[in-house]
Amino acid sequence: MKITNKTSSTNQTSKALRKVFSLPASMRDVAMHYCSGCGHGIIHRLICEVIDELEIREKTIGVAPVGCAVLAYDYWNFDTTEASHGRPPAVATGIKRILPERIVFTYQGDGDLAAIGTAEIIHTANRGENITVIFVNNAVYGMTGGQMAPTTILGQKTETTPWGRDAQRDGFPLKISEMLALLSGVVYVERTAVNNAKNVLLTKKAIKKAFLNQIENKGFSLVEILSPCPTYWRMSPVEAVKWIETEMVKYYPLGVIKG
Amino acid sequence: MAYIKIDKEKCKGCLLCMTNCPKGLIIQDEEINIKGVRAVSFKNNSECTGCAFCALMCPDVCIEVYK
Repeated sequence: MKITNKTSSTNQTSKALRKVFSLPASMRDVAMHYCSGCGHGIIHRLICEVIDELEIREKTIGVAPVGCAVLAYDYWNFDTTEASHGRPPAVATGIKRILPERIVFTYQGDGDLAAIGTAEIIHTANRGENITVIFVNNAVYGMTGGQMAPTTILGQKTETTPWGRDAQRDGFPLKISEMLALLSGVVYVERTAVNNAKNVLLTKKAIKKAFLNQIENKGFSLVEILSPCPTYWRMSPVEAVKWIETEMVKYYPLGVIKG
Repeated sequence: MAYIKIDKEKCKGCLLCMTNCPKGLIIQDEEINIKGVRAVSFKNNSECTGCAFCALMCPDVCIEVYK
């Protein structure tokens, strides 16, 4: 691979050792535009690893959101389309109904899924469409400059809540996964995080289960992933992953919510 | 016996690999890369177990693990 001539380490016994971790085949070898320490890169990679393991790359269609992940199709080496802001579940519904043999998933942020796209996600979930939804929750509007999102936790400082989110003025954070779990059409909802190696592996397991549900025609699956946004949390990447562990999981507890 | 390879030009210097390495084998460079950030280097002293915690946490998929 061309990577080898610009890598840092050399080892004389390298020929004897086997490569156990590298870029998944479903992922393009390009530099991503995300900020340093952003969770999107990890989640993109996990989706690609799952698609490779399930050998569904040729029949997968992803639907990218509006938000920081709007350019996700530049990084994924499988078919991806783009939807209007908040509408990936509606677009995915259309694709899945016309091409039922395809594996269709949406990749949405909290601004896309829990704010402008609330109606679409609720009705898609309620209809029990056989699609997979990857919901990336970083509790802030990343692409537009760090404003308060519906998922911003109480006391969290953002551009539009400089003294912290106040329940009386700004309302309460939206627990959309718990809300969707109440709907009869939903078969699987799990909340995970990408704040440490263990949780990254659990996230991969959850994504795999959500894809398997679709392959087995079980119905609507959603994985909510708590993801760091160091830039708009005004923290270093290392502080940001700690903040998920100490603050965010208090309001958004990890684990299987349904299924 | 294991080791990792780091693609320094893709590295954004978030240091999540460094803080997740159980053996402390990843260190930050003094010089900057093409992106203008201080990337990381691997201390190759054969203590690496190939656990891949660094690679699992790398948001930019810069790390390859050999075991």
